[in-house]
Amino acid sequence: MISCRNITKVYVNDGMETPVLKEVSFDVNDGEFVAIMGPSGSGKSTLMHILGALDAPTSGTYVLDNNDVSKLSDDELADVRRNKIGFVFQSFNLLSRATVLRNVALPLTYAGVPKEERREKAAQALIATGLPEDRWDHLSNQLSGGQMQRVAIARALVNNPSIILADEPTGNLDTKTGEIVLDTFQKLNRGHKHTIVLITHELYVAEHADRIIHIRDGSILSDEKNLNKRIISHSS
Amino acid sequence: MKASDIFEETYSSLTVNKARSGLTILGIVIGIASVIALVAVGQGAQGSIKSSIQSIGSNLIIVVPGASRNLGYGVSSGRGSAQTLTPEDANAISQVDGIAAISPEVSGRYQVVSRGANTNTSIWGVTPAYPDVRNVQVDQGVFVTAADLSAINRVAVIGPTVLQDLFGSKDSTATTDQAIGQTIRIKGTEFKIVGVTKSKGGSGFNNQDNIIYVPLTSAQRYLVGSRAYLTEVDIEAQDEQSMTNVQNSVTNLLLQRHNISDPTQADFNVLNQADIVAAASSVTGTFTVLLGAIAGISLLVGGIGIMNMMLTTVTERTREIGLRKAIGAKKKDISFQFLSESVALTFSGGVVGVIFGWLTAWLITQFSGIVTQVSVSSVALAFGVSAAIGIVFGYYPARRAASLNPIEALRYE
Ligand SMILES: Nc1ncnc2c1ncn2[C@@H]1O[C@H](COP(=O)(O)OP(=O)(O)O)[C@@H](O)[C@H]1O
Ligand SMILES: [Mg+2]
Repeated sequence: MISCRNITKVYVNDGMETPVLKEVSFDVNDGEFVAIMGPSGSGKSTLMHILGALDAPTSGTYVLDNNDVSKLSDDELADVRRNKIGFVFQSFNLLSRATVLRNVALPLTYAGVPKEERREKAAQALIATGLPEDRWDHLSNQLSGGQMQRVAIARALVNNPSIILADEPTGNLDTKTGEIVLDTFQKLNRGHKHTIVLITHELYVAEHADRIIHIRDGSILSDEKNLNKRIISHSS
Repeated sequence: MKASDIFEETYSSLTVNKARSGLTILGIVIGIASVIALVAVGQGAQGSIKSSIQSIGSNLIIVVPGASRNLGYGVSSGRGSAQTLTPEDANAISQVDGIAAISPEVSGRYQVVSRGANTNTSIWGVTPAYPDVRNVQVDQGVFVTAADLSAINRVAVIGPTVLQDLFGSKDSTATTDQAIGQTIRIKGTEFKIVGVTKSKGGSGFNNQDNIIYVPLTSAQRYLVGSRAYLTEVDIEAQDEQSMTNVQNSVTNLLLQRHNISDPTQADFNVLNQADIVAAASSVTGTFTVLLGAIAGISLLVGGIGIMNMMLTTVTERTREIGLRKAIGAKKKDISFQFLSESVALTFSGGVVGVIFGWLTAWLITQFSGIVTQVSVSSVALAFGVSAAIGIVFGYYPARRAASLNPIEALRYE
């Protein structure tokens, strides 16, 4: 479970202070599918970096699964990311020279998973994202954008994290392939095994989640259940 | 991250840009190969000088005239200009305890003419004791005899190089039969060749094959022109243990005979063969170090190439580093990965470099005849140095990669 209390983030560059997050507080329960929505520059990515243990807040507390993450060292943050968090980025960030399977298995090498188990786990993650098996041995730069993003989702999933954080995952995709990716998230969330935090500036994309947190200029504007959830496919 | 994973990562990242990795490795290959080859030349020189000094005799003590000097090469020419050592000195020395044999000598360089050819070479006036003391063997014919000495016979024993120079031609090697019985003119005086010595090897200043031996008395009468002074007295001690004693006794005896009270003012030098070997070794050792240092510079340049490539790689792969950090890589995982790449580059460069260096040393020997000697220690050193270069020059780029801020790295375009 995610629990944020009065999180602020102030960037200091050349003595210039830029407050980016202002007293943000909210909780996300296990298995929830939440969208964080706001215009560009409102602080969404900054918030995601804190939720993902990539960055520490300037003040406030962030408790993840009963651990206070806000005051950990770099290496301890790395442990948290490795064990609890899966990232999906707008620009995929795949290793282009590596095959799909190697990309997906990459987090397992850092988690110390024995080699024999890696392929099996990577295969499971890829099946969950619905990427056809005949693509698994392709180099990742031979895939289409939608396929790349599904590989990235599989990579986020592979170590069975409690949270998947996706920052504008459909930002580089057209509507059609964007829907495939959103469908993947919805399917993943169906068993409520993973908490999914989807970050977007588009209402249309946010409406695929169960709950929408509106953020503007670093503050939460509204936080409510999504009453008209768009569901892409009902079959699993 | 496991070692096997790091190894796999290293392999796949280095093979992505084969040309670049190859060129970077080439820098190390050239560096290591030149270190191996040049040190081999230096050690070869050391080895051959040592063995040629040892080949001039065993338990040898050499007395040369002249003001006190640093140890030079025992058999270089141009010595003997100082006139302080007399045949009477030699007689007195022969009474010293612990001496097995003594060989007084005079020498000079003269023009030698045979029927068709001429050469300029050193002529040594010697006694019958010379072959034993100086480890010279007669291939065919006879050496200078006691009878030659007392009769002041004009006979000569020539070395194989002289034989070839006087009786051989460009396309044929001279045989000893051609020479024995022939007459040659040394400084205008006719000498009859009675023997040819066996080849002892050695080259340049130290060529013991390019010598003509004549009886000491004949040399004094017909060549050097002065009866009173010797060029050198060679002493063979009875055994290795008595060397120091003999050296000291001879020194004291000569100081006394020459009326010199301060040993530092001695007008002669008593050289021990071991001292000569040590002096020559220290000269060639310096030479080896110098060669190694010159080659080391190219190794340094190779190392800078590694650093350059690694810094470029780190910049190019900034986003990848950010991603690896986002999925849980720690600082040390990242720095190990990049350090392993640079060590892999230098180490493979080291392996190939050792092979090339060995090959180069072999080719040098084949084509120039210079003796080379690739020692196990220089190969081991080359491997160690190449790995160390990988660590030293890879350390800064690796640290730079490891300390990247993941958020900024992920945003890097
Ligand atoms: N390292 C930084 N230093 C200073 N300002 C920053 C830094 N990173 C982000 N910002 C500022 O913080 C604000 C929020 O950025 P961000 O979280 O990326 O917004 P969003 O993802 O909602 O578009 C922006 O105004 C941006 O300029
Ligand atoms: Mg953003």
